[in-house]
Amino acid sequence: MDHSAEQDKKGKSRRGFLVKAAVGVGVLLGTGYLTRPVWRRSIAGMVNTADAPYVGDTKTPPLWFEVTADNEIILRSPKVEMGQGTFTGLAQIAADELEVAIGRIKVVHASTASGNIDGFSTGGSTSISSLWMPLRELAATMREMLKNEAANILGVDVAALSVADGVITASERSLTYGEVVKEVKEWDIPAVPPLKDVSTYRYVGQPIPRVDLKDKVIGAPIFGMDAVLSDMLYGAVVRPTAIGSKYVSADTSRAEGMPGVVKVVKEKDFVGVVATSQMAADNAKKAIDVTWDIPKTWELSDIEAMIQVGQGTPYVIQKEGRAASILAAEEGIITAEYKSPIGAHAQMEPNGAVAHVTADQATVLISTQVVGLTRKEVADRLGFDQEQVNIQPTYLGGGFGRRLHTPHAIQAALMSRAVGKPVKYFFDRKEEFQNDTFRPPTHHVLKAKLGADGLIEAMEHNVSSGDVMFGSPILPGILEPIVGADVGAWRGGMIQYGKIPHYRAVSWRVKLPFATSWWRSLGLLANTFAIESFMDELAIQAGKDPVQFRLDQIQDDPAGRRLQAVITAAATRANWQDGVLPNGRAMGFAASTDANTPVAQVVEVAIVDNEIKVLKVTCAIDPGLAVNPDQVRSQCEGAIIMGMSAGMFEKMIVRNGELQPTIYGPYQMALMRDAPREIDVVLLAGTDAPGAVGEPPLGPIVAAIANAVFRLTGQRLREMPLTLV
Amino acid sequence: MKITFQINGTAQTVETDENTPLLWVIRDLLDLKGTKFGCGKAACGACTIHVNGEAVRSCSYAANLAAGQNITTIEGLAVGDELHPVQQAWLEEIVPQCGYCQPGFMMATAALLEKIPNPTDDDIDANIVNVCRCATYYRMRKAIHRAAAIKSVNQ
Ligand code: FES
Ligand code: FES
Repeated sequence: MDHSAEQDKKGKSRRGFLVKAAVGVGVLLGTGYLTRPVWRRSIAGMVNTADAPYVGDTKTPPLWFEVTADNEIILRSPKVEMGQGTFTGLAQIAADELEVAIGRIKVVHASTASGNIDGFSTGGSTSISSLWMPLRELAATMREMLKNEAANILGVDVAALSVADGVITASERSLTYGEVVKEVKEWDIPAVPPLKDVSTYRYVGQPIPRVDLKDKVIGAPIFGMDAVLSDMLYGAVVRPTAIGSKYVSADTSRAEGMPGVVKVVKEKDFVGVVATSQMAADNAKKAIDVTWDIPKTWELSDIEAMIQVGQGTPYVIQKEGRAASILAAEEGIITAEYKSPIGAHAQMEPNGAVAHVTADQATVLISTQVVGLTRKEVADRLGFDQEQVNIQPTYLGGGFGRRLHTPHAIQAALMSRAVGKPVKYFFDRKEEFQNDTFRPPTHHVLKAKLGADGLIEAMEHNVSSGDVMFGSPILPGILEPIVGADVGAWRGGMIQYGKIPHYRAVSWRVKLPFATSWWRSLGLLANTFAIESFMDELAIQAGKDPVQFRLDQIQDDPAGRRLQAVITAAATRANWQDGVLPNGRAMGFAASTDANTPVAQVVEVAIVDNEIKVLKVTCAIDPGLAVNPDQVRSQCEGAIIMGMSAGMFEKMIVRNGELQPTIYGPYQMALMRDAPREIDVVLLAGTDAPGAVGEPPLGPIVAAIANAVFRLTGQRLREMPLTLV
Repeated sequence: MKITFQINGTAQTVETDENTPLLWVIRDLLDLKGTKFGCGKAACGACTIHVNGEAVRSCSYAANLAAGQNITTIEGLAVGDELHPVQQAWLEEIVPQCGYCQPGFMMATAALLEKIPNPTDDDIDANIVNVCRCATYYRMRKAIHRAAAIKSVNQ
């Protein structure tokens, strides 16, 4: 498919519609970055694992919806689809309030030129929860706008109209939404009408198939890597392999005359080459000799020496009672240390972009989780106003936080400007592995004292981690002094058992020499591994059943009751039993709460040929209202196996200054043979609004496996990836 | 050099450097974008196609080897509007998340079912070794069994 033709067509109709809609695009474009208090609350919301409000337009239906003449409704989503199912959830919500069959709704990625821009990002498991109210209101308002116009056209009172599946009917006359739109010159946007009762929705709450299912089954060209503009050339950029490399200069003489080479592009901070084919670009890239300034040859031992509780800057992130002084006692203190390694995103679609830059316009087609930021960065580097840059997001071949940083968009744009033609540029896999924004390694020290009743009297979690949030360009420097501790790194790091009289959590911040940033669920994976393994150790020391041990120490408040409910549900459904089972297997248990969504998991594990085999996972989750229960299950299944993969197999190391390995296989990941043959997801709905889904189920899995392994082997595995001795 | 082969039932002749990976011929010269680039080193399976019915990782298959061969990509798996049993099963089990790896898995599965019409779980583990970062393996396994069932009914 030629995207340019498609783009042009859409662009024209979109512009036409916007004019009709009399929308002040300029004003809307400002909403993302200028309304700082909202934006700050959004971050604070994420920080406190409470609701993060949506940052962007929530008042202008014509910005979101375009009704075509044949009565199809295009929903321009400011959130991107990276597999998490957001497009499907949004279509369900919109269809119910718009009063149309879901098949009429076509969800597309909003380009920045459309004006419907998310001021923050797609991430944090917030897409559906943050758009739940705004999208219902927008769709309901759009429906009323269509009815109002229909009433004008038909010359009847709006109260006399009924609506069914996009057809508005007065007594004997009917108009489709598409027919109404043809007559509208300018929209009046009325006050938000009353929303329908959730119980009356036809689509919300139903396990309908994903809206992108067919495209993904036939291999449709929907990804950034598939984007094509006419007359497009192929770019490549020479990337460093050593940590801390700074570009100094390049000898490009060998590359210049190579077959297919159109131009060698030298910029202040990189050298690239544009050629007529991918092969030619790759070959020419290999012929360029770059001089890098590499101040130090890093080794893994250097990194491990930095990531140590006690090093760097400590921030107390949770404090109740006198944990520190009680745990300073000489005797009766239980202590354990845990570690997690550097983790790679390893998303299947490499990063890249197709860019076309002319004298005064830039277009970039790209897999990005930060549409607005991508635009700003490209505009800044080109010296353009943001309005001169159009970012057209595509489907993402995996996100997981990797697409929250898109400097490759700038490089594609600069190469395009240098040759005056569209250029496609993407990373090869080695470049992906060495230029990732990694999940930082962590070190945890846990301490506790048990009381006479066998419950925890005092507990402390210390975590040392590289940056997550502060490593990211989404959050500018202003946040560092405000927040201090890296909230991404301590996500999941707080103690969730509120009946413990004395507890404390401390985050030790370390700046590593390579980029570390958001990786699906942030600190949750490692922090929960540490805390929930330690809880198991404490239960064993106390001689208690680990499920009951947890239940007994959860506070009696709404969050506590939801956590208790998932714990009980998982244990009951899995027929939880402590100790080795008659069939030579053992169960392991763990639970966590992330972004307000509690999850409990029971795993059943065997040891086969001295390897850990996860046979079954039972997962109870309370995500609030499940807009699409099947997609919630799908996210749980995927998160569980991705968490297993990180917890059992994955590990980046540093050797001779380089991050390694650089290819799948040596970077070992869970494959089909490692996936549990049974995953049983139990959905609880403890609130009446949708909550977080995409990340919370990653929390408990690694600890649950480690806890089961201890029962089978007596080995307490305190380091990811879990490895039997 | 000029290379001629059959792809998805049509004869094609392309002009390319003989060492160009067949993947780039398929994606960039023939504009069939369903076959994906994941690693370029035969390590992930995202680029899996069929050459004479055998699953092949096209990123590591030089274009000149394709001469005279019969190639199928994900775009050629369906017959007209009728999805291949593997695609039908993938649809019914709602397998894809991001979807990027899925064509490679479906091609690998379609080739497996020609050899082992009713694979056991162990057969699946041994033969389906592609990488899916969204980790949709649980549904894939169900879909593979379902595809085998659909295929046996169709025959
Ligand atoms: S792209 Fe061919 S195996 Fe990965
Ligand atoms: S569905 Fe995303 S990589 Fe497999």
